[in-house]
Amino acid sequence: MIQLQQVHRIFEVGDQKVHALDDVSLDIKRGEYIALMGPSGSGKSTLLNIVGLLDRPTSGKYVLDGQNVTALSDQSQAEMRRDKIGFVFQFFHLVPRLNASENIALPMVLAGVPVAERKARVSRILDAVGLTDRAHHRPDQLSGGQRQRVAIARATVMEPAAILADEPTGNLDSASGKDVLDILEALNDNNITLIVVTHDLDIAKRARRRLHMVDGCIDSDTTTGERK
Amino acid sequence: MSTIDILGFALKSLRGYALRTGLMLLAMAIGVAAVVVLTSLGEGARRFVVAEFASLGTHLLIVLPGRSETTGGPPLLLGETPRDLTIDDAVALNRSRAVRRIAPITVGSARVSYRRRDRESIIIGSTREFLDVRHLTMGQGRFLPEADPRRASPVCVLGAKIRQELFGGDKALGQWVRLGDRRFRVIGVLASEGRTIGIDVEEIVVVPVASALALFDTASLFRILVEARTREAIPRAQKDIVDIVRSRHDGEDDITVITQDAVLSTFDNVLRALTLTVAGIAAISLAVAGILIMNVMLVAVSQRTSEIGLLKALGASGRRILVLFVTEAGALSLIGAVLGLVIGKIGGWIVGRLYPALSVSTPWWAIVAALAVALGTGLLFSMLPARRAARLDPVQALSRR
Ligand SMILES: Nc1ncnc2c1ncn2[C@@H]1O[C@H](COP(=O)(O)OP(=O)(O)O)[C@@H](O)[C@H]1O
Ligand SMILES: [Mg+2]
Repeated sequence: MIQLQQVHRIFEVGDQKVHALDDVSLDIKRGEYIALMGPSGSGKSTLLNIVGLLDRPTSGKYVLDGQNVTALSDQSQAEMRRDKIGFVFQFFHLVPRLNASENIALPMVLAGVPVAERKARVSRILDAVGLTDRAHHRPDQLSGGQRQRVAIARATVMEPAAILADEPTGNLDSASGKDVLDILEALNDNNITLIVVTHDLDIAKRARRRLHMVDGCIDSDTTTGERK
Repeated sequence: MSTIDILGFALKSLRGYALRTGLMLLAMAIGVAAVVVLTSLGEGARRFVVAEFASLGTHLLIVLPGRSETTGGPPLLLGETPRDLTIDDAVALNRSRAVRRIAPITVGSARVSYRRRDRESIIIGSTREFLDVRHLTMGQGRFLPEADPRRASPVCVLGAKIRQELFGGDKALGQWVRLGDRRFRVIGVLASEGRTIGIDVEEIVVVPVASALALFDTASLFRILVEARTREAIPRAQKDIVDIVRSRHDGEDDITVITQDAVLSTFDNVLRALTLTVAGIAAISLAVAGILIMNVMLVAVSQRTSEIGLLKALGASGRRILVLFVTEAGALSLIGAVLGLVIGKIGGWIVGRLYPALSVSTPWWAIVAALAVALGTGLLFSMLPARRAARLDPVQALSRR
């Protein structure tokens, strides 16, 4: 489903070049559960952003669902992002003036989903993440764990093919971190591809496939049989 | 994304930053209100003047001694002394078939007295026709009798206020008053009808034109009012007047004929230009409001950088972001403009109550223009911030918290 071929990403800062991704090739199938590990600055976020179409490779090829997306226009990339990808961020990124329901509905508003359908999907998903009673709370009235669950609900409401989570538990205590991970893994059970960036080895061990990065390269790619 | 959703999103963001939104609404509203109030006043003044002129009768021509250099206006500061315009000249104008009636006029001021009471007053010398040409009405008695304008006769008609001051509650008709060093018998009193352009008819004394000329010891009329038979006859009458006077003045064109229409349209144009100027100045405040909107939107874009990054991550294209921000500014301008219209209307109404003579009315074009300029500046000045938002790199935008 996701194929990267000899992808490079070079940032130019002043006259210095930072090789954030150095010849990365990767093949991910639908429904995989991947933990992405590596020291800070090794290129994990950059890789995730390119997979999520938020960033473009400096060179190389990216094929998503059989389609070469490297050369697509801003408009088409935005549509693919909307329909196939769900993002979960370390800092949640909820819109502060919108309540939980409205935040969750945002991708559907952007996609032009009819109001009745939006409502139905929001209430179904609020139930799934256990926040039905918090539907009308604004982000500043929610705990960190609850915020991240709203963010996950928002990422899944368009029923994406892949969920990309960049250190989703990095800002949470271990109990809420576990809740969040449980929800993400439940989604993975429904055949949604899940990529989680993490520094936590215990979390990484839960994934079937583990990628380790150093200096913009993937230096190990291990697959274990079963999820713990 | 549907139009309703775009509007809903914009309105929610505006509500989310209440203070900022309130200040921008205020700026826009003040600008629009200024345009509305000022144009209403200008338009009111224009209508007032036009109505006053129309009340004088529209087939009126005014003949003045002396040649005007510019067409239309009366001779103001002219070097040469023109030939006198005499009663005989006036009477001769009756020869034109385009002329219905004429009223020769001479104006001066003199002391009016009755027994112990006296005051200074404007004395108008004219004929019976003056009553009709100026659309005056009588309060008591009769106006000047039908008579040969060349003959003096010691009768006079008083303005209502003059009568009140000289006679108080006493009977005025039939009494003799003194004008300068001559005696005149009061034969009528004008009805009080307030001001009309030029003179207050309550404070005049009207005497036969020949008597007035004798009183002021002159042979020259102040002007001759000529009423044409019809509106269409005005050009014809104007030409006849010029021809007749020229033949009487040894072939010299030494008079000026102005038509009511010309005066009216001059005033109309001047006042309309004035209104437009004032409206234009007020519109500058709208431009200022537009620049304010631009600045505040720029701040909004940098405040909401991470939100913009998020929207992009959720599948909004650069174009969509642009539309969202422009809609926000547009909604802001429009709401501000409507608010301004309401404030302006209330302001106009208050002015209307204070000065009832000024029929304050907002011309429709001012409302349309104010709304259009408000919306236009709002949209125009939001383009720069909105484009900046649209071009933001989502990865960097998201890394800002
Ligand atoms: N926008 C950018 N401009 C310049 N350098 C960048 C930018 N984004 C990331 N980098 C650099 O690229 C490298 C990889 O960054 P990143 O993918 O964020 O690492 P990680 O997520 O693994 O910590 C780092 O050296 C970082 O400094
Ligand atoms: Mg990172």
